[in-house]
Amino acid sequence: MFEALTDRLTDVFQRIGRKGRLTEQDVDEALREVRRALLEADVNYRVVKDFIAAVREQAIGEDVLRSLTPAQQVISIVHKELVRVLGSERVPLTWASQPPTVILLVGLQGSGKTTHVAKLGHHLRGEGRQPLLVAADIYRPAAVEQLRTLGRQHDLPVYDEGTQAKPVEIVKHAIKLARERRLDPVIVDTAGRLQIDERMMQELEEIKAAVRPSEILLVADAMTGQEAVSVAEEFHRRLQLTGLILTKMDGDARGGAALSIRSVVGVPIKFIGTGERVDALEPFYPERLATRILGMGDVLSLIEKAQQQISQEESERLQEKVLTGTFNLEDFLNQLQQIKRMGPLTQLLEMLPGVGQALRQQQVQISDDEYKHIEAIILSMTPEERRHPDIINFSRRRRIARGSGTSMAEVNQLLSQFKQMQRVMAQLGDMAGVGRRRGGLRGLLGGGNPLAGLGDGGLDALMGQGMVPGGMPPGPSARHPTAQRPKPKAGKKAKKHKKKRH
Amino acid sequence: MIFSRFFRRQTQPEPKIEAGLRKSRRGIFRDIAALFERSEIDEELYDDLEALLIQADLGVETTLALLDNLRQRVRREGIKDPAEAREALRDEMVAQLEEATRNRKVKIYQRGVPFVTLVVGVNGTGKTTTIAKLARYHQDQGRSVMLVAGDTFRAAAIDQLKVWGERLGVPVISHAPGADPGAVVFDGMQAAFNRGIDILLIDTAGRLHTKYNLMEELKKIRRVIQRHVPEAPQEVLLVIDATTGQNGLVQARMFTEAAGVTDIAIAKLDGTAKGGIAFAIARELGTPISYVGTGEKVTDLAEFDPETYVDALFFGDDEEA
Repeated sequence: MFEALTDRLTDVFQRIGRKGRLTEQDVDEALREVRRALLEADVNYRVVKDFIAAVREQAIGEDVLRSLTPAQQVISIVHKELVRVLGSERVPLTWASQPPTVILLVGLQGSGKTTHVAKLGHHLRGEGRQPLLVAADIYRPAAVEQLRTLGRQHDLPVYDEGTQAKPVEIVKHAIKLARERRLDPVIVDTAGRLQIDERMMQELEEIKAAVRPSEILLVADAMTGQEAVSVAEEFHRRLQLTGLILTKMDGDARGGAALSIRSVVGVPIKFIGTGERVDALEPFYPERLATRILGMGDVLSLIEKAQQQISQEESERLQEKVLTGTFNLEDFLNQLQQIKRMGPLTQLLEMLPGVGQALRQQQVQISDDEYKHIEAIILSMTPEERRHPDIINFSRRRRIARGSGTSMAEVNQLLSQFKQMQRVMAQLGDMAGVGRRRGGLRGLLGGGNPLAGLGDGGLDALMGQGMVPGGMPPGPSARHPTAQRPKPKAGKKAKKHKKKRH
Repeated sequence: MIFSRFFRRQTQPEPKIEAGLRKSRRGIFRDIAALFERSEIDEELYDDLEALLIQADLGVETTLALLDNLRQRVRREGIKDPAEAREALRDEMVAQLEEATRNRKVKIYQRGVPFVTLVVGVNGTGKTTTIAKLARYHQDQGRSVMLVAGDTFRAAAIDQLKVWGERLGVPVISHAPGADPGAVVFDGMQAAFNRGIDILLIDTAGRLHTKYNLMEELKKIRRVIQRHVPEAPQEVLLVIDATTGQNGLVQARMFTEAAGVTDIAIAKLDGTAKGGIAFAIARELGTPISYVGTGEKVTDLAEFDPETYVDALFFGDDEEA
């Protein structure tokens, strides 16, 4: 099945052999693989054709940099071009000079419009606005009720007139109300429709003419195939879109549709939807989507998540401790809690190139419950014990086990693995020597980790680390992702953990 | 052929659907016809075909495999006339779908034992609408139908199913939003037995196949169903949006693993989407496609037939070709 593009390119260049300069043939052979990767990511055929032509021009005659392999060099060019097409700058929402600003969400049935009306409302309220949501989809059974419910759940005002009124009138009345109550923006849910549905498209045109929205955002499913282009083209032709919301990005679709839409209609991608929860709406970063389209994981998001949680100072302090071998259980507990704040473990691992795929293939499930056990054990220790685990004797162990509701065996395991980890860290410290202060994730994630060193160099670092054949990060720990963290228990296979959504 | 032709339902033929579909597809019919209007079969023809099939969402591998078959056949049978090659391509496409269709189990409707259809899929593919159409389809065959609102998660999903229930005059078993879907299904099974219902259609919450816990939930629902009828669910229907790209293949694989998908329904075929992912799924997984949704009306559901599917989506009638 799908192999990482990097592996395939590496193969290509191994066949060709290393040369100082990329020839036309080398490039063409490599670009065939790139083309295939893009098509498999659902980038539109026509778009791929133009894209490859552009990359080819840039790639031919490039000197092979000493630090890079030809494969990496081609990917780097492709990646840069992808980012360029996806839009290198983030484009914020446009606000009307006369409030309220009207934002229209349009799109095919089932792309996620109603959900995203609520998400956008929630997001903008977080920025200090007071949005009004408008239920103008009177056709789909219970669509109005759905928006009402979402409004109730998240305390966002919703305007609706049931299903008998005309959508244009509903929107007009909503804007009047917003003006009176000083609500801004007005976010309008519209009926899902096929781009070839003449009557429905006319209805949208009428709404547009009547209320002059500042933003008309196309809500598009990340899983859409080649059709994305004709859908976007038609909506754009009729309504002049101002932007795009790419939804269902929490799945494993590579999201090539975004590239297609972006290059065909040229409107910026403004948000991506990453889950069913109301807060699962994120700003769009072109580098990340480029990486994802190429099938290289979402390391950048992971790095950012980590950086959000861990202050520079803290990470330097920890790094110092790791390198000098004075890292103790107290620091360990701190780290655990920080990682936990980044979100469920499985979700974090999914972002690593190759790991997500491997996890699914091997049916490995990492339980967040394991965290709890470890946390409980450490919390049952005295501060003295945490700082000097060596003093923990038999009776202390028994007390800790009882206090944490675990077994002596579990306590023993944690302690012995922690000791092992300390040893590895000490070696690492010896190797690193002085002058390797880089901050970022090194301190957080300890030795043998594929993320180590990634904090300081985006894609270049990614390519250095994640591109070993097989698409897996290096190190013996790759097979059992849990072992990658400074965590004393090995990953359990297929451990079930039931959790309710939310 | 044991089932009806694709766009003609057994009970009341609706040529209107066909006509509507035709209109939106004129473009591709013309493209394909134009491709074969050349004097000889050359490399350019294959290149153009590749472009066309990939743009129909068949995916790179399936497209290449299909074209390989075509090349071999052209060579083996010494085909020179492009028009003949067109027929050969059509045959190959039909053959690919037919292979999977043969895996379709014969549906056995027993008196006194509800025939349970569990409907699954990712978010927004059209599960609830497909259920309404299925309900109508079974009603037309004179079977009694009951719906179970197993999507207790999405806001107003229960209301949506109830609206359909009212329109169709079929009972809907539901709990409050946020309730355990297993419990609703349990009640649904019991009610179906008590009331001697023939067909029980179970709606489930849309879920991305990458969400482990939610896929586990489907297994649990299956177990609840089996507690009442060991051979149920007799049908596990995966609803796939016709506009879906290559991710549809992953969806089919993951849902089959978790929920034991027996049949696939392709929804929203009334647009310009070519539904090419059906070929990739048939080739890779052999899961039979059993239904296609072709419009927004409750009667817009048809049983799947490979030949009609290929003709309706790619080749059109002779007059158009």
